[in-house]
Amino acid sequence: MGHPELAAKFTQDVERTHWHDKALWFVREKRDRASKSIPEWEALRRKAQQIKTHTMENLDTYLEAFEKNAKAKGIQVHWAKNAEEHNRITLQILNLHNAKKVVKSKSMLTEECHLNPYLEEQGIEVVDTDLGERIIQFRKEPPSHIVLPAIHLKKEDVSKTFQEHIGTEAGNNDPTYLTRAARAHLREKFLGADVGITGVNYAIADTGGIVVCTNEGNADLGATIPKVHIASMGIEKIIPRLQDLAVFTRLLARSATGQPITSYTSHFHGPIEGGEMHVIIVDNGRSPILGSEHYSQALNCIRCGACMNTCPVYRRSGGFSYEATIPGPIGSTLEPCKDLAKHKTLPYACSLCASCSNVCPIRIDLHHQLYFHRQDVVKAGLLDKKKERALGFAGWLFQHPKVLDFCGKMARKVVPHLPRWMMYSSMNAWGEHREMMDFPEKSFKELYVERQKRKQS
Amino acid sequence: MSSKETMLQSICQYKKQSNTPLPEHAGFATIMYEDLFEQFSTALTSVGGKAVLLEDKTHLDDAIRAIAQEAEHIVCNVEGCGLSSDDGSKYATPHDVAHVDLAIVRGEFAVAENGAVWLDAASVRHRALYFLAQHIVIVVDKTQLVSTMHEAYERIGFDKAGYGVFVSGPSKTADIEQSLVIGAHGPKSGYVFLV
Ligand code: SF4
Repeated sequence: MGHPELAAKFTQDVERTHWHDKALWFVREKRDRASKSIPEWEALRRKAQQIKTHTMENLDTYLEAFEKNAKAKGIQVHWAKNAEEHNRITLQILNLHNAKKVVKSKSMLTEECHLNPYLEEQGIEVVDTDLGERIIQFRKEPPSHIVLPAIHLKKEDVSKTFQEHIGTEAGNNDPTYLTRAARAHLREKFLGADVGITGVNYAIADTGGIVVCTNEGNADLGATIPKVHIASMGIEKIIPRLQDLAVFTRLLARSATGQPITSYTSHFHGPIEGGEMHVIIVDNGRSPILGSEHYSQALNCIRCGACMNTCPVYRRSGGFSYEATIPGPIGSTLEPCKDLAKHKTLPYACSLCASCSNVCPIRIDLHHQLYFHRQDVVKAGLLDKKKERALGFAGWLFQHPKVLDFCGKMARKVVPHLPRWMMYSSMNAWGEHREMMDFPEKSFKELYVERQKRKQS
Repeated sequence: MSSKETMLQSICQYKKQSNTPLPEHAGFATIMYEDLFEQFSTALTSVGGKAVLLEDKTHLDDAIRAIAQEAEHIVCNVEGCGLSSDDGSKYATPHDVAHVDLAIVRGEFAVAENGAVWLDAASVRHRALYFLAQHIVIVVDKTQLVSTMHEAYERIGFDKAGYGVFVSGPSKTADIEQSLVIGAHGPKSGYVFLV
């Protein structure tokens, strides 16, 4: 199914659609206030864009420098071409330690690699420890947002889920009560785990360490209690210098949730006492995007989620309608880069309002990218046949102004008098979801000519 | 060919040749706060923490006691604080600090713009202490306040310790219908004493 069909499913529940829209707008407004509190916000965005663009143009150099410096700090570095290799390496490390219990903190990369089902098949217990992630893990759902994974759920949903899985009281929907119950449940998991897996927000080339940002402290617990810490990162997560972090830590949380910084910004530069630390560097389809004329900037993304929170389409269609690990504007450009045929409807899940590009802390030209993707979809012959015929006809019509004028005139005369059943039939795709506009008596061209005449006389 | 070679080769094949320079400094003239403590305190309060300014160390113990009356198992590595002689280094594994009610730990410096404090793990044996303790009090020298993250990163290095963390307030979550709940997995309160 494509985005329109899945979105239609989501919007059937009108009340929930409005609620979802409002919840995200609330976060967007917090982001606005936070960004306005920093007078040099725009300068920071430009600096971030420059640092990231430079890094991507010299990615090989920085990855190698990172590896060298990380090794010197006692970190073991692995390279994985694709998801399968990433999962295999992870399993090898687990087996080496005879590990059966894993606590994981939120990582979109392991989500993309489908690590959980892979490890579970090997008889390993994987517990997602971010509260939102744990909720959806119980429900066997994927995250619907990269920062707010359970944003699609109401507290009643969470209450029911917890009642079923960790035995909370029926009908107690109090967020504090539910969070405390999860805290107790997850503490047991942290203390019993053999290995902690985390994502990576930034890998620093000149110090050879990684940075993980969370509010709950779950990544931190997962990486400081078990003996072994495995961190998975996409190749694009690298930044050159420690001082560059100042720019990104100022932008990230403010853009994501409107906080001045996340509660915890942890810098790991080596294992805990008597432990091991591993970093897996993963490509999985990223490197070809580096070379693309229109889409390379998408790799600069720091996954703050601001573009989703502001997107009028995402807010009303929900994260699942994108059928992709990363939804929203950034997902709509990244996913077609990797597989255009599979994700051909995503570039159209966009109103081209450019709000995403305006809030993006790294100034990624998201709306331009979506516009280019649409052209690629047409060039690749992937456009829906009905749409293609309609657009083909429209193109022809606009090239023949006389015919266009004539058709317009006829339409203005005839359409207002047509009965509804005729207007809103399957012939009229436009009218399927909207009321037709009122037809004016005269066309713009006619009005313009009249006006010119009046001026002259 | 190893995966590393394959990946580096692929990156070299695709990467763009145009050369965007790396800015010489990440930092630049930024917002400056007149009253650093005031700004720090406001920022920390906005994220659920609390900042307390003390004249000197003589009242530190009483001040901490006043906010943590119930705490029994206390671990403390702050010089001049007499609430506990246990600095956490006697425990063999991080699991042994799971029962700590209150951790009183040294912070290296504080950042006014966002209410964060830098904790350098060179001063604790188990990093997990920062996250497993039910409550945390961070004690920072009041002369060690900086305006922004740019100044903060100039002060950090990883030669001594393999780990450091910016902590801003207690742990929290808003994953259930965007309602803020303080105390997710980590400490349920986060006080910063500037002495
Ligand atoms: S594209 Fe920009 S706004 Fe969207 S998640 Fe990435 S960094 Fe944030």
